[in-house]
Amino acid sequence: MRITRLAPEVKKKETIDIDLTLLDPLIARYKGQKGNVIPLLQGVQDIYGYIPRPAFEKISQETGLELSEMFGVATFYSQFRLAPVGRHIIKVCHGTACHVQNANEITESLEDTLKVKDGETTGDRLFTLESVACLGCCSLAPVMMIGDQTYGKLTGNEAMKIVKNIRISESN
Amino acid sequence: MTTTTVTVGLGSCGIAAGAGKTYEKIKAMKETEKLDFILKKTSCVGMCYREPLVEISDDSGTYLYGDVTEGRAIEVIEKHINQKDPIRDYIVYSDLFDAPENNFIDSQVKIVLRNCGYMDPESIEEYETREGYQAIRKIGIQKISRADVIQTILDSGIRGRGGGGFPTGLKWKFANANKSAEKYVICNADEGDPGAFMDRSVLEGDPHSVLEGMIVAAYAIEATQGVIYCRAEYPLAIKRLTIALEQARDKGYLGKNIFGIEGFDFDIYIKEGAGAFVCGEETALIASVEGERGMPRKRPPFPAASGLWKKPTNINNVETFANIPWIILNGAAAFAAYGTEKSKGTKVFALAGKVNHSGLVEVPMGMTIRDVIFKLGGGIKKNKKFKAVQLGGPSGGCIPEYLADTIVDYDSVNATGAIMGSGGMVVMDETTCMVDVAKFFLNFTRKESCGKCTFCRMGTMRMLEILDRITNGKGKEGDIENLEELAYEIKDNSLCGLGQGAPNPVLTTIKYFRNEYVAHITHKKCPAKVCRPLLTYTVDPVKCTGCLVCLKNCPANAITGERKLSHFIHQELCTKCGVCYSKCKFDSIILT
Repeated sequence: MRITRLAPEVKKKETIDIDLTLLDPLIARYKGQKGNVIPLLQGVQDIYGYIPRPAFEKISQETGLELSEMFGVATFYSQFRLAPVGRHIIKVCHGTACHVQNANEITESLEDTLKVKDGETTGDRLFTLESVACLGCCSLAPVMMIGDQTYGKLTGNEAMKIVKNIRISESN
Repeated sequence: MTTTTVTVGLGSCGIAAGAGKTYEKIKAMKETEKLDFILKKTSCVGMCYREPLVEISDDSGTYLYGDVTEGRAIEVIEKHINQKDPIRDYIVYSDLFDAPENNFIDSQVKIVLRNCGYMDPESIEEYETREGYQAIRKIGIQKISRADVIQTILDSGIRGRGGGGFPTGLKWKFANANKSAEKYVICNADEGDPGAFMDRSVLEGDPHSVLEGMIVAAYAIEATQGVIYCRAEYPLAIKRLTIALEQARDKGYLGKNIFGIEGFDFDIYIKEGAGAFVCGEETALIASVEGERGMPRKRPPFPAASGLWKKPTNINNVETFANIPWIILNGAAAFAAYGTEKSKGTKVFALAGKVNHSGLVEVPMGMTIRDVIFKLGGGIKKNKKFKAVQLGGPSGGCIPEYLADTIVDYDSVNATGAIMGSGGMVVMDETTCMVDVAKFFLNFTRKESCGKCTFCRMGTMRMLEILDRITNGKGKEGDIENLEELAYEIKDNSLCGLGQGAPNPVLTTIKYFRNEYVAHITHKKCPAKVCRPLLTYTVDPVKCTGCLVCLKNCPANAITGERKLSHFIHQELCTKCGVCYSKCKFDSIILT
C-alpha cells in the first residue's frame, strides 16, 4: 500500500539579513579536518543563534561536505536549531528530580503566560520556551534557566513572575 | 600570625544558588575594609542542599557555613572575621564541635571526590600539593612497566563506573594487546542521565585528577592521543577542563617524552557533545567524535580492537579515571579493602528527588541503599513515606522500600532488575505515581532512541502509547501483559544499552508496583493522585472562602458560585485540567 507523503511545508524566504562573511574564520579553521561537521555547526550556531540555510550552503560549497550529511547531523543532535530563537531562551528542566517535583507545572504556567507551546518562540522574538533533559542542579528542583541565570525551587506562579519581570525590563 | 582562609564553593549548583554573588560580596568587603584573610574558590563538596557554602579556616580549625546568601555573608564576615566570634547557628560542619552536618561528611569515604571542595580546581599547584601528578611521576621514576600498571588496576578490582561495570584492567589489557602506532584514550563525560551529576562535579571540582587518570591509561596502553567527550550542557566543566589542559601543557605534563618516559608522547583535546543521550554508548560516542550521527554499531569489533578512526581505543568514564591516580599511589590492596567481593572501592551517588539532603555522596560499595538515603540523605522530605528509589537512570529501575536493604554493588543491584548505572539515585515518596515515572523514562528513551533498531524505535513508541492510555484512564485488560511482551522483545532485539535498558523502568514498576497499574486500569484511580484524568475535583465547602479565583480561571466554565459562597464544580463539564487546584490559595479543592 502506498503511503501518502505529507506535502513539504513551503516556508517564506528568510527575511533576516545574514552576514555570511562571519563564517570565513570558522571555515578556515576547520576546513579539511576529519570529524569537523559538529564543531562547524556548533560554530555557526554560536554566531547566529541557529543554523540558517545559507550557512549550510556556503559551508558545503567551500569545504566539500555534503549538504545531506550536514543536515543529517544537525537534525540528529538536540543542540542544533534550524529556526531563529528569541532573545531569551527559557530552558525548563525535565530531569527526573524535577519531574517528580512537578516540572510540568512550570512549563504549563509559562506556556500560558507566553502564549506559546513548548519549543516555540514568542511573536516579539523575546522568548523561546524549551524543555531540557537535565541541567544538573537536581538539589534545586524544579529548575529553569534563562540565559546564564538559574532559578531554583520554583512554582508555576514564580516562573510566571520572573518572565513577566524580564518582559517589563525589556520594554523600558 | 595566624592566617585565615575564606573559601567559597563555586560549583554549578552553588552558582545556581547564588554563590557568585556571595563571592563578590566577600571580595568587596575584603577590599573596602582591608580585611586580613585569603579569599579562595573551590568547587562542590557535595552538600548541594546547603549551598551556597563558605568555609572559614584558621589555625584552630575549620568552620563550614551553610546557606550563605549575599546578606548572610556580610553577617558571617562581620562576626567571624572581625569579632572572632563564629556564628554557631549557621555552621553546618566543623572539625571542632558537633555541627548538624558532620555526619554527612564523616560517613563518606572519599577517593574519587578526594579533592572536590577542598581545593581550587583552577590551580594546578594546589592539585600538586594534594599528591597531584604523583601517580604518573611514580611510574616514571620507578620505571614501572606497562604490564605492572595494568596488573595493579586488575588487582584493585575496579569496574567501569559509567554503568556497564566491566573490569577496567581487562579493558586496558585488551587495548594494550592490540598493537598500532596510533591509539586513543577517550574519557566519556557525556553524562546524560536525567538526575545524575557526579561526573559534572568531578570535572568542575578536580579536573586534573581526570587528566592524570587518562595519562596513566595512555601510558598503559601506549596511546598517542586523548579525547574528552563532554556534554555541551556543562559549560563550567568545559571551561575548567580547558584551563587544566593549558596548565598541564605549560608544565610539560602533556606533550613529548612526558614525565621522563622516553617516547611517551601524549596530548588531550576536548570534544563537545551536541545533545544526544545515546552518545554515552561507546560506539555511538566514537561516531560522534568522528563528526557523524551518533549511532551505535555492532560489537565486536570492540573499541579496544577498532575504535576511533578504526584504531585501538580505550574508553572509560570520568569517575573511573578519577580513581586511577589514587590506586597507583595507594596500591591495589588499599582500594580493594573497600567494597564487597565482586565490587571494589567506592561509588559516588547523586542523591536527588524527595530526599532531605540532595547532593553528592561517595560511599564504600556494600552500604545498604537505606543507609545512603536515611543516614546520608537525611530521610524523606516533609516526613512523607518512603516508597521507592530509582537507580540507574532511564536504563535502570525502581527499587521498592522493602528491598531498600539491598547493598550497593553491581550484582546485588542487578538482581533487583535495576542497574547501578552511573549513580543517579532519585528518591520517591508516596506522592509519586509509579506508572507516571515509568512513562516519564520511556518518553525519554523514546525521544533519545537513535532509530537504528526497529524494536527500540517502534517498540518504545508502542509501549508509551499503552502507558499514555493507562494514565489517561483508558487502560484495558491485557495492557500489562502487552507491555511485558513488548519489553522483552525490545531487550532482546536492540543493539546497544539504550534499547536493552529502555524497558527496565516499566518492568521493575510492574514487578514491584503491579497494584498501581491495576488501580489505573481496572479501578480508574491513581493512588498517588498524580494522573489528572483519573482524579475527581470537588470543592471543600468548609474551606472554600468564595473568592471566585477558581471560577474565573476555569477554562471549561465548570465552576459556579458567588462571592463569599462556597463554589461548586460540575463534574460533567470538568476537563480535569487542574487549574482550580493550582490556583486555590485555601487548599479547598479536594482530589479523590
